Amino acid sequence: MAGIFIDVEVSDDVRGDCELAKKLQEACPVDIYAAAQEGVEVVEQNLDECILCGLCVETAPPGGVRVLKLYDGGAALER
Amino acid sequence: MRFYEYESRRLVEAAGIPVTDYGFAQTAEEARKIAQEIGGPTVIKSQVLSGGRMKAGGVQFADTPDEAARHAEAILQLEIGGHMPRGVLVDPKAQVKQEYYASVVWDGTAKKPLLLFSDMGGVDIEEVAEHHPEHVGRGHFSNLLPFSDFQAKQVIAAAGVTGRELTRLTPILARLAGLFQDRDMTLAEINPLAQLEDGSFVALDAHMEMEDEARPRQKAVLAELGIADDDVREVHEPSPFETKVGAVDAADHRGVIQGKDTGFHGNLGLVIGAGGGSLTLTDAVRSHGGDPANYSEIGGNPSVAKACGLAKAVLEKDGVEKLAVMMSIVSNTRVDIVARGVIKACLELGKEPSETIAIFRIPGAWEEEGFKILERYGIDYCDRSISMHEAARRAVASFQEDPAEAEAEAARP
Amino acid sequence: MSILIDEDTTFIVQGITGREAVNLTRECLDYGSKIVGGVTPGRKGREVHGVPVFDTVEQVVEHNGGRVPDGSVVTVPPAFTKDAVLEAIENGIKLVVIVTERIPRRDVAQMVELAGMRGARIIGPNCLGLVVPGVAKMGGIGGPARNTAQAYQTGSVGVMSRSGGMTTEISSTLTAAGLGVSTAISIGGDAIIGSTYAELMPLYEADEQTEAIVIYTEPGGRMEAQLAEWRIENDSRLPIVAFMAGRFMDDEEMKGMSFGHAGTIVEGKEDTATEKIARLESAGIPVVERIDAIPDAVKQQLSSPRNES
Repeated sequence: MAGIFIDVEVSDDVRGDCELAKKLQEACPVDIYAAAQEGVEVVEQNLDECILCGLCVETAPPGGVRVLKLYDGGAALER
Repeated sequence: MRFYEYESRRLVEAAGIPVTDYGFAQTAEEARKIAQEIGGPTVIKSQVLSGGRMKAGGVQFADTPDEAARHAEAILQLEIGGHMPRGVLVDPKAQVKQEYYASVVWDGTAKKPLLLFSDMGGVDIEEVAEHHPEHVGRGHFSNLLPFSDFQAKQVIAAAGVTGRELTRLTPILARLAGLFQDRDMTLAEINPLAQLEDGSFVALDAHMEMEDEARPRQKAVLAELGIADDDVREVHEPSPFETKVGAVDAADHRGVIQGKDTGFHGNLGLVIGAGGGSLTLTDAVRSHGGDPANYSEIGGNPSVAKACGLAKAVLEKDGVEKLAVMMSIVSNTRVDIVARGVIKACLELGKEPSETIAIFRIPGAWEEEGFKILERYGIDYCDRSISMHEAARRAVASFQEDPAEAEAEAARP
Repeated sequence: MSILIDEDTTFIVQGITGREAVNLTRECLDYGSKIVGGVTPGRKGREVHGVPVFDTVEQVVEHNGGRVPDGSVVTVPPAFTKDAVLEAIENGIKLVVIVTERIPRRDVAQMVELAGMRGARIIGPNCLGLVVPGVAKMGGIGGPARNTAQAYQTGSVGVMSRSGGMTTEISSTLTAAGLGVSTAISIGGDAIIGSTYAELMPLYEADEQTEAIVIYTEPGGRMEAQLAEWRIENDSRLPIVAFMAGRFMDDEEMKGMSFGHAGTIVEGKEDTATEKIARLESAGIPVVERIDAIPDAVKQQLSSPRNES
């Protein structure tokens, strides 16, 4: 489930990457990512706390993570 | 934070200033026992954190232990200034020859503690200062150099006191100055400081206030008095709203929110900030005839959850239908984060944001992003070109049923 | 010209590795301020946005070839602030901006007393610092450089405010009205502060750029009464306009409650909004009711014959 204002999309290519999951967990200042056994887990209750810093987008490989601004027609932070 | 008299007396006693052989009681039976031990006439005093005890009937005299118990029974049930007493103090009735006054307060202009003394004690010092200035001595003392007895002597002498009294009073005032500094007091007052028939001096009443900011380093003293960390001693008992907002603030370290509704009785919910901005906006709403339901402060860039929690607490107050969300230009707190928080609060309570948020006026950091969110939800917002007062006027106007009439009303000087 | 700081002012940040201090350092550097070092005990050898970090102020002075920086911004937790400020003053620093809030009054009074003995000046505590538009800023005042530039443009009005946020709101209003700001100072919201309105007035008086003063005031304390006395006793060339917030606190029900800042509490007869307004006005200082009325009030003061004479 998405947040009210923010959603993140983790591509299937990187979802199972446990190393990346740890890095994302460390990078995100508002704890949107958790490193689970199966890889990257999105903590839904923290989605709306996103401060649009873009650190997760930088941390993941190109196309790995997109941050969607649901209030802005789905405009995305991506690379 | 203010201390009860019985606590203040313990602080005074610990500083080496003589006090009477008093006792603290929380039941009539305890009061009877203490009166029996004292073995003579007693004074029963309500232990309550508000002034005007005497007038309210919170101080009674008793000749026998039975009478002391009866008075204690009545006083323990007597509310004074909105506060119930914590207990009663049972004091031997002293044979007083003369009443003096001594206190230490901060002087914010001189930025030093000010020692005050008068030989006209037992009454309001401000009145003595006004009508009998020659009976009041005063003197500042250093925060860096140790207090020296001559400073107490100068102040006592300036009130016209000499002889044996001056030499006996000197160590008492010096110890009071020490107590003020050592214990981070904002007020250390003994009134009356009584001279008994035998010539000795005792503190018959004491009023001490400690700076809240110093509580962490005064932990040992507070623990000795049995004062817990959550015993905050506000002027008013916290309301359910104030308790709720306090809990939201404590649950999350990001940013700071505060909410107060003691003394506010209106229906316009205020989600406002920061310190100065909140004062300005509360005035602005009232100047346009608006009646706020509460006061609040947002600062230090709170999380979405925190802004949401504050907005929810305000909306859940009885009679609140609409919110005005306003701040002075922000540089640290983010416009978009606050916007998300207040909208989320509306949605979670099943309210339509555009109908619930009367106005949103927070210019500054991340405003472009914030305004996008507000537009998406059709909320009436404005930027820095709309003054805080104009925003407040719009919020008040949105309350009137007939918008045209409301405009006319708000435009009236 | 300006007061207290100019384009050559060098300063350090004590507590530079803290979260807010890192931001503040970035903002000041971007604005053009000269930060010559930072201090966080135990963190020597690090850098914060290119600023070298040291364990002591003494090391910063050594690193700078014995040159003592002009100022220090202190943003360390309340329990350590007094030590940090004493360290700055005893190492010869003459301007100390204290950002930290919730410092016990006894500590503040000790710092202020030492500053007086050493000829140093303290701004704050519980403040956002000061800014000379387009030249330099010392502290978080105005936020990121871009936002500061938007709200503060150079001009003729000196601003002093007990509220950090309202310093920016008022300056933005003066900027929009074309008057601009000479030097704006967030003086701090505590009951005891290093520099009061009246204590800063002589500096503005000596500054050619400043033609008028705007102050933001609140209930609580005697600072406004002190300014009124100063104004009556001194033949100042500078007209002053005041804004008073917190009038609602005069209600009987609000007595003894603190709002906004630690120093904002009505304790006696003299520190209510009503009483302060009367005092200021009797000293020839008009008190406006709205922030957006400030520019016109300033213009009116500047053009009044009393001022020209």
